[in-house]
Amino acid sequence: MSREQLVVERTRKAFLTGSTKPLKFRIQQLQCLLRFITERRKDIADAVHKDLYKSEHGTELFETLGLEGDIQLAIEKVWEWAAPRPVEKTLLTISDEVYIRPEPLGVVLIIGAWNYPWAVTLKPLVGAIAAGNAAVIKPSEISSHSAKLMEDLLPLYLDKDLYPVVTGGVTETQELLKQRFDHIFYTGNCTVGKLVMQAAAQHLTPVSLELGGKSPCFIDKNCDLNVACRRITWGKFVNCGQTCIAPDYILCEASIQSRVVEEIRKCIKEFYTEDPKTFKDYGRIVNQRHFRRVVALMEGSTVALGGDRDESQCYIAPTVLKDVTGTSTVMTEEIFGPVLPIITVSGLDEAIGFINEREKPLVVYVFSHDKKLIRRVITETSSGALLANDCLVHATVSALPFGGVGNSGMGCYQGRHGFDRLSHLRSCLIKKLNMEAVNSMRYPPHTAKKMGWVRFFLFNQVSVCRLRRMALLTLVTVVAGTVWLKYFTSNCRNTLSDTGGRSV
Amino acid sequence: LSRQAVQRAREAFQSGRTRPLEFRLQQLHALQRMITEKETEIATALKQDINRVRYDTPLLELIGIENEIKLAIDRMAQWAAPRPVEKNVLTISDEVYIQPEPLGVVLIIGAWNYPWALTLLPLVGAIAAGNAAVVKPSELSEYSSLLLRALLSRYLDKELYPVVTGGVAETQDLLRLRFDHVFFTGGSTTGKLVMEAAAQHLTPVTLELGGKSPCYIDKDCEIRVACRRITWGKFVNCGQTCIAPDYILCEPSIQSQVVDCIRLTLLEFYGADPKCSPDYGRIINQRHFNRIMSLMEGYTPVVGGQSDSSQCYIAPTVLKDVPPHSRLMQEEIFGPVLPIVTVSDMDDAIRFVNEREKPLALYIFCNDKKAVKRMIEETTSGGVTVNDVMMHYTLSSLPFGGVGHSGMGRYHGKHTFDQLSHQRACLIRSLKMESVNLARYPPQDRRRARRDKLNKIRRLN
Repeated sequence: MSREQLVVERTRKAFLTGSTKPLKFRIQQLQCLLRFITERRKDIADAVHKDLYKSEHGTELFETLGLEGDIQLAIEKVWEWAAPRPVEKTLLTISDEVYIRPEPLGVVLIIGAWNYPWAVTLKPLVGAIAAGNAAVIKPSEISSHSAKLMEDLLPLYLDKDLYPVVTGGVTETQELLKQRFDHIFYTGNCTVGKLVMQAAAQHLTPVSLELGGKSPCFIDKNCDLNVACRRITWGKFVNCGQTCIAPDYILCEASIQSRVVEEIRKCIKEFYTEDPKTFKDYGRIVNQRHFRRVVALMEGSTVALGGDRDESQCYIAPTVLKDVTGTSTVMTEEIFGPVLPIITVSGLDEAIGFINEREKPLVVYVFSHDKKLIRRVITETSSGALLANDCLVHATVSALPFGGVGNSGMGCYQGRHGFDRLSHLRSCLIKKLNMEAVNSMRYPPHTAKKMGWVRFFLFNQVSVCRLRRMALLTLVTVVAGTVWLKYFTSNCRNTLSDTGGRSV
Repeated sequence: LSRQAVQRAREAFQSGRTRPLEFRLQQLHALQRMITEKETEIATALKQDINRVRYDTPLLELIGIENEIKLAIDRMAQWAAPRPVEKNVLTISDEVYIQPEPLGVVLIIGAWNYPWALTLLPLVGAIAAGNAAVVKPSELSEYSSLLLRALLSRYLDKELYPVVTGGVAETQDLLRLRFDHVFFTGGSTTGKLVMEAAAQHLTPVTLELGGKSPCYIDKDCEIRVACRRITWGKFVNCGQTCIAPDYILCEPSIQSQVVDCIRLTLLEFYGADPKCSPDYGRIINQRHFNRIMSLMEGYTPVVGGQSDSSQCYIAPTVLKDVPPHSRLMQEEIFGPVLPIVTVSDMDDAIRFVNEREKPLALYIFCNDKKAVKRMIEETTSGGVTVNDVMMHYTLSSLPFGGVGHSGMGRYHGKHTFDQLSHQRACLIRSLKMESVNLARYPPQDRRRARRDKLNKIRRLN
């Protein structure tokens, strides 16, 4: 038996003991996870620095802060999320209990990614724990320091049988994927995403795939370019462009291209100084393979700013390419690096057409003051999410589902969505053994008369809410009518007595 | 041929004509007209396919479809509207909402046991959500497939909602093409193949599969009523229902009573010879007839057991003291054969259910609320109905679907709409209030630097 098989078996055994069912247990585990993040902040920051050359502040801002918020939200809300959810009844079920009961799925496999090794691996874990599942965690081997730290330290805080960490590379992941899980949560690229879903199909395991794509960023020529470019620059070059929701490329009219380049130049200088290479808040490409990949993408395009690189450090300067076309090399795949191509279009129509010719991205960004224009982009394109006038921040709103569509993924998480995604929402109808007469119309022998009753009851399924509303309205009308009548008749009596007589 | 139909559907979708709600409403009204105007033709087709009982067609299929259409017409504007969500401090002045959007072209693969409900219910949701849909009815219900193809092209937009008929080869052809969602109802084996094919295109799937739905009868409940309800649910459509109670679990002390009650009820429903009852159906074809007959091999039924292969007739049959590891207990019966397996008590029943694959439905007949609660909490299944069978299917507010081997995804009512939509997160900010953002920009210690500068200035003053 392989190591992976043993781990999964042990995890399933631990799940079957039922220890994750009580909410108190789940909350306690979440509190331990929170303690882990806060107590080991320095260790985590060190690991991320070694993996991605990210500064301590950067790690806090982009990894642990969001994670802490998520954990706290889950701790606060798990009682609400896990409670039975009553649903709308009908006339026939008016005296029954009808509700949806969230239940754990079982053993969830979480395959993390290397670009935000902590956020991307542990955020789904929060949902998994809150929903009462066990989880096998497989961090990415590319962010090897973070993976090692997770393997060493997580078992010291969480139940090590319920939430084991399995490290390794492609072979170990393939072995894991042969095992049976109750849900697989994968973050990464499309190619591997297909393999994950294929493996899951063998066991009829549902999947959540958080993939990527080329997220377009349209800049309206009439907007405040200074602010727009600052936000785009920030969103693009954070983590050295290695963010699944980074604006991948810009679409704008030719008339503003030079200004856009200028504004970005100013922002880069403001954020990363004249020499980003020596500045601690500017990151590195994760490894040489990706370094070479990103450099190769720049081939054939005109560099408007940046472009310098240093393979020994996996350093690529913040780079902007101009006059890029739809067929340039840089437009053939998701860049996932600090290279920002600008493609000129004649206007919004062409921009929308350009976006729709391509795979549905994870995000569509649009910068404009014009609400109608923004509305058009929403109605005429599709993407995981749409963010107007800023970058990345939709991922911080826990009430919004985070996920892709089409090639950018399936399933969503964050906050309650993560809880629901990793639960089975079981429909429950509790009836009684009395009132059998009502059922008789469904039993054979069938007659036309019985069918008439069936049609009446089933066909006119009136919702109880509507009934209640109608009853209330009737009551109000009756009361109002009575009051008015009383007032009217008493007034009449007064009037008549005033005039001192009755008609004969 | 199917490639062309899919291509045309995609082009029709991309033309944008499914976007306006008026168009979707108009299509749903047309579908509603189709059901009411063609009820007789549909009933005839079902009689030829599966010898469907005259009254079961409206009861089990058409009324449900009509209700779904009415609900969708009534609520579509509400379902399709932007859904505002809770903001946080940073987004307090922004527009934050979820916008439901069409996915694109949905493939709906139907099943033969309820050929109309199982293709049209998903279609209603697909249309309401603004998608195009390619409908592939099951070839085993041949007459219904051909009628569906003729009718849909007459009542609905031909390009947006084509019907592709055919067998295994045609289905495999279809599955090689790219869709934005595949909605499959059928068996687990084919379900795996569907999901595998969908994986090639990263297409999300809804799989409504099956399994053995257990039915536990507590010894202290009104066994007569319980058995009447179970008998109805089991033998409707000749047991060929995905949520039919597959087998009974009860204590040995009440087993004979259960058998007697079922026998009495069968007499009530179908008379002394169910073969002559106009209300008792037939098995869909010879292959399934043989399959079910072979499951019974080696057992002596306590009720029924008669069969007539020329008519694909199997009498309502009950078997008692069935061993848990018999062939009868290994696969979904999908026929009018009801095994009773004895268990020592409710705990034993819970253990029995949990040792097996998660079923589509769990039925519990029991008056003790606490015991019912415990059984629900200690097991899992797609859905649960307590003290009746199948009725959770009829409430559109309850999501209908499986878990584990009984399926993934869910539908009915708004759930179909949501399942066949993309819930797009939208955050509309303004380009003002840039000062609020300053803290996030590098250099990270810029705030400290600014504070230091301010302090320096203050000290100088």
